Amino acid sequence: MKKTKKCIAMLLAGGQGSRLGALTRDRAKPAVSFGGKYRIIDFALSNCAHSGVDTVGVLMQYQLHELNFYLGTGQAWDLDRMHGGVYVLSPYHRGGGGKWYTGTANAIYQNIGFIEGYDPENVLVISGDHIYKMDYREMLGVHCEKEADATIAVMRVPMSEAGRFGLMRCDEDNVVVDFEEKPAEPKSDLASMGVYVFNWRVLKEYLIRDASDPASSSDFGKDVIPAMIRSGARTLAYPFEGYWRDVGTVRSLWQASMDLISSPPAFDLYDPVWRIYSKNPNLPPHYVGEGARVSCSLVPEGCTIYGEVERSVLSFGVYVGRGAVVRESVVMPFARIGDGARVERAIVAEHAVVGGGCHIGVPGQKPEKDAGGITLVASDVAVPDGDVYERGSVIDGHTGREETE
Amino acid sequence: MSAQMFSIVYTGQQAPELKDLARSRAVTALPLAGRYRAIDFMLSNLVNSGITNVGIVTQHNYHSLMDHVGSGKEWDLSRKQDGLFVLPPFVTNQNPGMYRGTLDALGGVMSYIRRSSQEYVLIIDDTAVYNTAFRKMMEYHLEQKADITVLYQQERPHEAALSEGVTRVYLYTSEEGRVWDIEVNAASPKTRLVALGAYILSKTLLVRIIEECVARDRHDFIRDVLIRRMNDLRIFAFGHKGVAVRIDTVQNYYAANMMFLDADARTDLLTKGGPVYTKVKDEVPARYGENGRVVHSLIADGCVIEGNVENSVLFRGVRVAKGALVKDSIVMQNGDVREGASINHAILDKNVVVQRDRILSGTGDFPVIIRKHGIV
Repeated sequence: MKKTKKCIAMLLAGGQGSRLGALTRDRAKPAVSFGGKYRIIDFALSNCAHSGVDTVGVLMQYQLHELNFYLGTGQAWDLDRMHGGVYVLSPYHRGGGGKWYTGTANAIYQNIGFIEGYDPENVLVISGDHIYKMDYREMLGVHCEKEADATIAVMRVPMSEAGRFGLMRCDEDNVVVDFEEKPAEPKSDLASMGVYVFNWRVLKEYLIRDASDPASSSDFGKDVIPAMIRSGARTLAYPFEGYWRDVGTVRSLWQASMDLISSPPAFDLYDPVWRIYSKNPNLPPHYVGEGARVSCSLVPEGCTIYGEVERSVLSFGVYVGRGAVVRESVVMPFARIGDGARVERAIVAEHAVVGGGCHIGVPGQKPEKDAGGITLVASDVAVPDGDVYERGSVIDGHTGREETE
Repeated sequence: MSAQMFSIVYTGQQAPELKDLARSRAVTALPLAGRYRAIDFMLSNLVNSGITNVGIVTQHNYHSLMDHVGSGKEWDLSRKQDGLFVLPPFVTNQNPGMYRGTLDALGGVMSYIRRSSQEYVLIIDDTAVYNTAFRKMMEYHLEQKADITVLYQQERPHEAALSEGVTRVYLYTSEEGRVWDIEVNAASPKTRLVALGAYILSKTLLVRIIEECVARDRHDFIRDVLIRRMNDLRIFAFGHKGVAVRIDTVQNYYAANMMFLDADARTDLLTKGGPVYTKVKDEVPARYGENGRVVHSLIADGCVIEGNVENSVLFRGVRVAKGALVKDSIVMQNGDVREGASINHAILDKNVVVQRDRILSGTGDFPVIIRKHGIV
């Protein structure tokens, strides 16, 4: 007999995340390092694990090896289950030819077969690039109790930024009456967090209908949800209070990292009942040497620090040489900061090497356009000794890792 | 590895000289170097040597050990074929439940030995901590056509002083490496080769030895096999080239942890034969406050550092409050050193609280030990 599920999750791990530029050159956005020992996708997966959602389909079609290796059996998130677990779902070829996912809704549409295998009552659709802690059970409870067809998690955002989000207006019972994706002129400050619960039978109908409409871009925010509202499907807003950040840009990734080290932290990783799970790199405790100075920072296992680290988030395996200064920066796994180098307001990506005496992120005249005032050293780049880069530079395309080793 | 090998790790060692540290845990379950337990090193050595069939023979206080190793998953030893077997003592007509020595213990797990399909066996009956892959030792064993190969370490001269309650086995070897004399706890040994308690032999020979010894009520592997059979068995010694530390007295345990502060020793002990695996706790990165000051120390994940730490090893989840000082000390998991408190040359076991402005002070030879859950 086929087992059924109350709710399974479909995680949109998406496309390239081109706004992260060089950070997503060789990996999908959800696989980007965050918070010292995590990757962005850990937050959504940990939310699933803590919310009792034990089946997660991860939809992706860009650079999936890195993320696929990372997910493995799903054991790190307690998602290696007899009936359920975590599955990477990429586009595949079928009888009449296959095609890429053309939009978020299309990605789910192409995996109707997977979802039907679990015969779920509801489907939770989440995104792999948000930093937040949320108990999906509460949202699911409201969704079921109010007999909604779709429930959208929402939060208030500053009016000035509202245009970046899907915005909605609701009546007094939180029923959504109007939904607009990234409007030029926002009429509301109630933003979608990209977390949806759908009644599966209803969603399936809309997905099938959407797929037969050649004019549709097959996007949840632009097409499917407005269509549901138009045709009278019961669509609810579920207000969420708490920390939630989209880390889709270099600037927002940096800012969210800084939120971890404010006092008290804007986002608390230390919550003992809501641990963020991640795959463990198996490294020794970090070592802080003579002459080092570390303050207001996160430092995970495997780091070796001889220099100065201030208001920064280091990832595992990072080396900071003697006399080096790392300030207000994010240093990703296994990056090396050479002796005497200065790194300020920068993101140094995985395995990058900043040569001795370099100065990365010199406050200067350069327009802060590319990375929003944050200097970015791309992964595997080796910056030659003594190089100086102005704040806001993007440093990419030096030698690859093969040559530096 | 050309020859197939399984391993039996004996964890029943008693170490009265560890005092409170081993009161409620097996010696091999002692926390080490900020995030490990002693047995992690040995289990990692085994898997890094390609050994996937491991029996852990337990005797005393093995609760924390079993809790730690679990299914063996963290060492990739949770397998369809073979894997990790925890072998606690059980009472039979022949076996009163207490092993009187390694051989007695091996006799107690005879069914596991018979069931193992590998031709050779690596027996570990010492708590020494080192990082090696046993492949070279196995190759040496085959090259020498040895019956038994014993792993040893060159003892440094100042280490020779023997304290009460510990066992040291001294080996005398010929030029080709054959063992011609063995002394246990010699008062003034004339050799610097000290056995590390790891032996390779064929399973057939092991079974024969156990049967013969059980029949004669002999149970000490060193005295009743190595020493007694030195002439009729080809016993060879193979040297471990790297660092090996002992954890069988408080002083040794303290020194072993401090050894990890040395960059070269740390690299040797944590990477030489391969990575050291341990149970994963999903701790958060360590967080440094505004006034944290750390010098020459190892800090594990989950620590919150707002005070001063010097020359110390901090395990997971330790808090050092503002104005507190932790110097030349070992603080195990979830230790809490509160504002203004000061400790030096101390070993705080798990979950110890040092209250505000308290001062604890030991010496290098006699560090202060605070028991698990102690509140000072």
